[in-house]
Amino acid sequence: MNKPVTLPLSQPTAAPKPHREKVRISDLHAFYGESHILHGIDLRVMQGELVTLLGRNGSGRSTTLRAIMKMVGRRSGSIVINGTETLDLPAHRIAHLGLGYCPEERGIFSSLNVEENLRLPPAVRSDGMTVEQIYEMFPNLYERRFSQGTRLSGGEQQMLALARILRTGANILLLDEITEGLAPVIVKRLAEVLVDLKRRGLTILLVEQNFRFAAPIADRHYVMEHGHIVEEVAAHELEAKTGLLKTYLGV
Amino acid sequence: MFDINIMALSGQLLIGLINGSFYALLSLGLAIIFGLLNIINFTQGAMYMLGAFVAWFGLDLVGLDYWAALVVAPVLVGVVGMLVQRFLLRPIANENHLYSLLLTIGLAMIIQGFFTHLYGSSGLPYAMPEALKGGFRLPFMYLPMYRAWVVVAALVVCFATWWVIEKTRLGAYLRAGTENPQLMQAFGINVPLIVTATFGFGVALAAFAGVMAAPIYSVSPEMGANLLIVVFAIVVIGGMGSIAGAILAGLLMGVIEGLTKYFYPEASSTVIFLVMVLVLMLKPAGLFGKEA
Repeated sequence: MNKPVTLPLSQPTAAPKPHREKVRISDLHAFYGESHILHGIDLRVMQGELVTLLGRNGSGRSTTLRAIMKMVGRRSGSIVINGTETLDLPAHRIAHLGLGYCPEERGIFSSLNVEENLRLPPAVRSDGMTVEQIYEMFPNLYERRFSQGTRLSGGEQQMLALARILRTGANILLLDEITEGLAPVIVKRLAEVLVDLKRRGLTILLVEQNFRFAAPIADRHYVMEHGHIVEEVAAHELEAKTGLLKTYLGV
Repeated sequence: MFDINIMALSGQLLIGLINGSFYALLSLGLAIIFGLLNIINFTQGAMYMLGAFVAWFGLDLVGLDYWAALVVAPVLVGVVGMLVQRFLLRPIANENHLYSLLLTIGLAMIIQGFFTHLYGSSGLPYAMPEALKGGFRLPFMYLPMYRAWVVVAALVVCFATWWVIEKTRLGAYLRAGTENPQLMQAFGINVPLIVTATFGFGVALAAFAGVMAAPIYSVSPEMGANLLIVVFAIVVIGGMGSIAGAILAGLLMGVIEGLTKYFYPEASSTVIFLVMVLVLMLKPAGLFGKEA
């Protein structure tokens, strides 16, 4: 059995730079009703990093993101966002620490048109993209701005779900399976968008099934299995650990 | 049967339109509450009655006139509604919806019973406001001023409510909150607060209708209970949770009831339920409801 490989979290930081560390999760357990899904997750994401959660379906990657947003049942442990402990915050306060969440099912509202969907989430920081900048980045959304949100193609809905949180000014993005079911050309476009966001200094935690999408753009990878983090792989170790990853991911 | 008396027919149509205005206000409140909270609010009739009683108390005890009552009663009753939602309904929000249904039925009976105990069931008179006395003599009928006012005021309030829900940012929060409250919270929107405020607004609409009803129907503890079952049928006809559906079905059913009163008065109290059965058979989601 592999011991979870994690960074030494208890080690005191020398300089008081709490905001360099955008996400710090320690010994996180999460439950849906009676089922115990996460068994002591430890992970952290530094400012400007793009970190992925890899693993098979049901390994607890989506639940990790949902637990951060308080969208699961009971949680225990610690989730520190931008230096603030969030475990006891009400759900609607968490986003205001600078988080933007893009759910796996995309969460486009069918009772709202594209522009209403785009403008729906309140700004959580002051320097978000304007609607004009977003339309420049995703011209398709501009053309279809008065269509019902769920009438868009899968790729357009994904762009909308992403654009929606960029407008809020969130600087920590939690993205769940954003390439799922999309055509290769759109996946390629999404990779460009993520690289661009990273260059702007945004911090990204990405749940991904598509390893070939994630590998070239990520700084680090955590591998999850059965609600544990079983491996941490830095980008430069990828080649050396390819075999290991293949065993975990079953690819 | 085809020997139509224009005077009598238009008289019944007008009465139908007025009843329809009350139906529309009450079913609109129910539809808003059902849409966002998934609660079938049986206190809506009691809140309507409370609105009328606030107007009556106001006039009798503190000299609060009709126009002030139109504002004060919805605000007061809206606050009562918010307290009910916050302290009684929120704790059981995650239970089966039957719990909230039963709770609102019980609460409605308690409120109604309390007022019956104090005031009996015979009804109290409420004076017509001076400015709305009199009427217009139209070529084919006499149109009392107050009745015209009821129809216009109800239409304005219904349309304004529809506009806020369908066209504004606040309305977008409501619509999205109906669809996926959990994601709305994750976006940083205080959904519990919106839910409480929405419940308050829904019952405030009932109180507004209650004040408008006071001068034409007498103020009595049972005035809401009698109306509520019909209003539920109307919400079903319009489509559960559909805003425009509730308004249009309310007006339409009022008119259909009025027409029935003219052509076949014996059926006038059942025709709405007949329509409901037909709608449920042919279009189960309601006339304006989205098919699941």
